[in-house]
Amino acid sequence: MTSVLYDAQGPRAKQRNILYTVLFVLCAAVVVWWVYDGLAEKHQLDWIKWKPFFTSSQPWETYIWPGLQNTLKAAFFALIIALPLGALFGIGRLSDHRWMRMPAGAVVEFFRAIPVLILMIVANAVYSEYTNISADVRPLYAVVTGLVLYNASVLAEIVRAGINSLPQGQTDAAKAIGMRKGQTMVFVLLPQAVTAMLPAIVSQLVVIVKDTALGGAVMTFPELLASVRPMSANYGANTIACFTVVAVIFVAVNFALTSFASWLERWLRRTKKGTGAAAGAGPGGGQETIGAPALVVDDGRAA
Amino acid sequence: MFDFLEGYDLLGAFWVTVQLTVYSALGSLIWGTLLAGMKVSPVPLMRGFATTYVNVVRNIPLTVVIVFSSLGLYQTLSISLGASASKDINFRLAVLALIAYTSAFVCEALRSGINTVPVGQAEAARALGLSFSQVLRLVVLPQAFRAVVNPLSNVLIALTKNTTVASAIGVAEASYLMKGMIEAEAQLIPISAVFAFGFIVLTLPTGLILGWVSKKVAVKR
Repeated sequence: MTSVLYDAQGPRAKQRNILYTVLFVLCAAVVVWWVYDGLAEKHQLDWIKWKPFFTSSQPWETYIWPGLQNTLKAAFFALIIALPLGALFGIGRLSDHRWMRMPAGAVVEFFRAIPVLILMIVANAVYSEYTNISADVRPLYAVVTGLVLYNASVLAEIVRAGINSLPQGQTDAAKAIGMRKGQTMVFVLLPQAVTAMLPAIVSQLVVIVKDTALGGAVMTFPELLASVRPMSANYGANTIACFTVVAVIFVAVNFALTSFASWLERWLRRTKKGTGAAAGAGPGGGQETIGAPALVVDDGRAA
Repeated sequence: MFDFLEGYDLLGAFWVTVQLTVYSALGSLIWGTLLAGMKVSPVPLMRGFATTYVNVVRNIPLTVVIVFSSLGLYQTLSISLGASASKDINFRLAVLALIAYTSAFVCEALRSGINTVPVGQAEAARALGLSFSQVLRLVVLPQAFRAVVNPLSNVLIALTKNTTVASAIGVAEASYLMKGMIEAEAQLIPISAVFAFGFIVLTLPTGLILGWVSKKVAVKR
């Protein structure tokens, strides 16, 4: 194992490592014991509080599955609507015409600078004020609207970076055979950019799934997180158990997406499908680039 | 025009947002740096711990972490972080949750900065006979710090916007006030515009200034 930071280890370094490991285990043991003690004292670890999840299907059928369905539904709608919008604005920002570039850029920057929660609250108020959407589906509309507005602008940046990552020769060649600008975009640039963008889009889906939880906490959208309160009330205040189960489900869903994104990236690099260009944040979704992909799209949020 | 703002403490609410941001930023910088240190350390167990922490926390919604800090830590385990008034308790719990969450992203940002330094740099430094601490101090870390400005500024902007989630546990920051105002006043569009402007004022300059700094200090390769 070579790294920039240290050399291959000799005997003394190995001994030091063992010492560090022992110290670390001791610290960890103290923390674990302290947490365990705190939980046990409040009777949060009693089998009776965890039993419902393992012995009956009732909590899963009544609370968790409907909540997860809503979470995935909102995320799916948000992605489906945000993708074309994002593509539109991303291409708009690349336009040769100032009157297209400027407004597209302004809209994208505006919605990237504002918290998703604010967008959701405003959308909710707008729907209740100016439309007659019934109150029981309004939260879903508001959540999806907020997610679309924010994620379309992030996806616009991903699209722009994906197209910019293509070699200049592609545009030149298209010009040389007499294609118009629109044709170049539709037949040459976009098809190649899409493959470069796929991993970043999947990563963005993680951000979308995470953001749906806002609807449960701040509005009355009955998604996975919102199922904790009624569930813990029903099973005798097993708050910690409920949170653990919900968190594990979120981690499982998102970890699957993250792993899929990084696999996709590796696969696209291996196969000769793309031009070797990769756009967007690396695996892990959304916010930072991990490793050093050819391009960086910062989305400035990870909620 | 803006007479609907009368009777509301707009600046106070945004001041809470700024406080949340600053405390959480400092905290997550410390904890995130420790995590990054573990993640690149030669000790396998520490590497494993940091990797697991980052992977788990990055995939949990921040909302779940924040709501858990109130419902789980305070109401179930009565952890109040040394505060007595409920306002302070919620604020401190929100900061704790934001630190726990943001640290994972700080760690990744720092690690990506270290990863931009080619291994050849360290090899060349060792070939000159520099000691381990000299290699780090004079060659590797100066380059890593410069590459870190941009990802860290993204984390900071994300954090600024993420503080709104604290309203879920009743911390009276900007979005909490906005929700109340929208319910009380029939001035939806102006209110939204004011709060949107407030967040743009907070995030855009940060992004522009730090973007400029990162270009300024970037290592030309």
